Amino acid sequence: MSRLHTRFAELREQNRAALVTFVTAGDPDYATSLAILKGLPEAGADVIELGMPFTDPMADGPAIQLANIRALANKQTLAKTLQMVREFRASNDSTPLVLMGYFNPIHKYGVARFVADAKAAGVDGLIVVDLPPEHNEDLCLPAQAAGLDFIRLTTPTTDDARLPVVLEGSSGFVYYVSVAGVTGANAATLEHVEQAVARLRRHTDLPVAIGFGIRTPEHAASVARLADGVVVGSALVEQIAGAANPAQAVDGVLGLCRQLADGVHSARKA
Amino acid sequence: MTTLRNGPDAKGLFGSFGGQYVAETLMPLIHELAREYEKAKADPEFQKELAYFQRDYVGRPSPLYYAERLTEHFGGAKLYLKREELNHTGAHKINNCIGQILLARRMGKKRIIAETGAGMHGVATATVAARFGMQCVVYMGSTDIDRQQANVFRMKLLGAEVIPVTAGTGTLKDAMNEALRDWVTNVDTTFYLIGTVAGPHPYPAMVRDFQAVIGKETREQLLEREGRLPDSLVACIGGGSNAMGLFHPFLDDASVQIVGVEAAGHGIDTGKHAASLNGGVPGVLHGNRTFLLQDEDGQILDAHSISAGLDYPGIGPEHAWLHDIGRVEYTAITDQEALEAFHTCCRLEGIIPALESSHALAEAFKRAPKLPKDHLMVINLSGRGDKDMQTVMHHMQQKEAQA
Repeated sequence: MSRLHTRFAELREQNRAALVTFVTAGDPDYATSLAILKGLPEAGADVIELGMPFTDPMADGPAIQLANIRALANKQTLAKTLQMVREFRASNDSTPLVLMGYFNPIHKYGVARFVADAKAAGVDGLIVVDLPPEHNEDLCLPAQAAGLDFIRLTTPTTDDARLPVVLEGSSGFVYYVSVAGVTGANAATLEHVEQAVARLRRHTDLPVAIGFGIRTPEHAASVARLADGVVVGSALVEQIAGAANPAQAVDGVLGLCRQLADGVHSARKA
Repeated sequence: MTTLRNGPDAKGLFGSFGGQYVAETLMPLIHELAREYEKAKADPEFQKELAYFQRDYVGRPSPLYYAERLTEHFGGAKLYLKREELNHTGAHKINNCIGQILLARRMGKKRIIAETGAGMHGVATATVAARFGMQCVVYMGSTDIDRQQANVFRMKLLGAEVIPVTAGTGTLKDAMNEALRDWVTNVDTTFYLIGTVAGPHPYPAMVRDFQAVIGKETREQLLEREGRLPDSLVACIGGGSNAMGLFHPFLDDASVQIVGVEAAGHGIDTGKHAASLNGGVPGVLHGNRTFLLQDEDGQILDAHSISAGLDYPGIGPEHAWLHDIGRVEYTAITDQEALEAFHTCCRLEGIIPALESSHALAEAFKRAPKLPKDHLMVINLSGRGDKDMQTVMHHMQQKEAQA
């Protein structure tokens, strides 16, 4: 049973949504980023998305672009990101961890070597923004053969005709990008989210997590009433950007994570 | 018979290069674009309108000019220049822009976005947007804005909004990232008018088809003039659209030697260059799998070239494939060699070439003296050098200061 499957099943039993947090590996540096990563489960993160830095993050807005630049400036590499996962797993065997990013660094690392190393490090799933189902053979199929979940992004432009194509081969959960745009920009209306979740549920039994533009505990709570998971990224990453020192960065991210978790976890109790 | 001219396959692949590596938000649109383009291509009305604008607005056919003095000077191959610099807006870029804007109109899009390096594609896009009454936004790296002020002004005169991109090194790659971000945000209203034979399928094939008018004309013009096909073709390559346009109609003619010229910048071994095939390895960027300048970790490296139009760390996927199968020879020319060829062309032919095209000239000038007098060589003069006056002046002053 995969960690993602187990986690979403537990949460369903408890009738609460998952808080899915995104941070970029190595932002602002390896040690600080590892401290943040290790602190996230205790601060209430149910699922962790860890960004693999890339020079050209075409689907990301300014906050995550800057996170990528900070991490790369401090010499983060894909090998170091996998090392970070290994160090995280030394003290945490239950929180699902998903690597998220763009294909080129994986392509360069070598797909076979990457899926083997990722699995061995304790990675549970992959989200690769620029690999649509049209290119399943590049990474999705080898990753799933190695026991890694491949999480698809679906979007407002993914219509009913295309949705089955996108969902076929998806595993772990479905990530619904609630607005057409880049990360950290505007948020979708709750009405749109509700309709989108209903549409996805007609096509899949996988848990549905909603992302893009969710920044506050209140907003996260309102989305948590509608979906199985709430993804927050840019708002957490901005805590790192605004920090005066590493300790502040850790406190900022984990502090906001706690607030978001309170919102998400109490959402359906009110 | 087997042909090299029927690519890409249904998945947009030339061999293992190309494809559709973009975010899901864009996938439905890209499929729609591919379908609409196929329909337009087969529609005689679309082709008729395209031909009309090529003739009366762009000024086609462009001449195939026998460069008599250059030929005499080098004393070998007979050199012909395909005069794309005489097109409206001063380069080959407009061939593609006219085609894509007609398609955008057909698809009901009212807002055009583009990326630009040297500004030639930006100017050509702003031009056709003005002609067809569409809103136009051009993304341009801040470094390129500094070195191409005149083109920035031209775009603004034509009614386009020029948005400076400060991310990365502020060059073409960064402008393309930002254009993709705009597109993903405004996917319903916006047509992304990509300027080269790169990006997700169908762009590499579509841009090639619109540029192939260069090669088709060259073929007819040389047959008329010399009664036979050329022995060799030479064109410069950034993304590779002028080269693809010239090469494509000749790919199946085994007797025609084809040479693509990348920008070697300060030299391939210095690491400061823009030669993706000569100095890069395969990877995935901007929607396609192709040769890229990248480091050991798969991070994209900054390209360098004296010519902003070649300053890109990738190359069109069809070139990557032609390189892979060995049909086209890809060489590289340094900044210094391009500058020398620039001056030679100015002085001997009274033609001021773009620094991009000067790379092709430099390669041709290296080869010409060693070739027999009956060797027919066609060089694509893809753009005029008016935009490069400041850059050239700067280099001449530097040289004088050193002397």
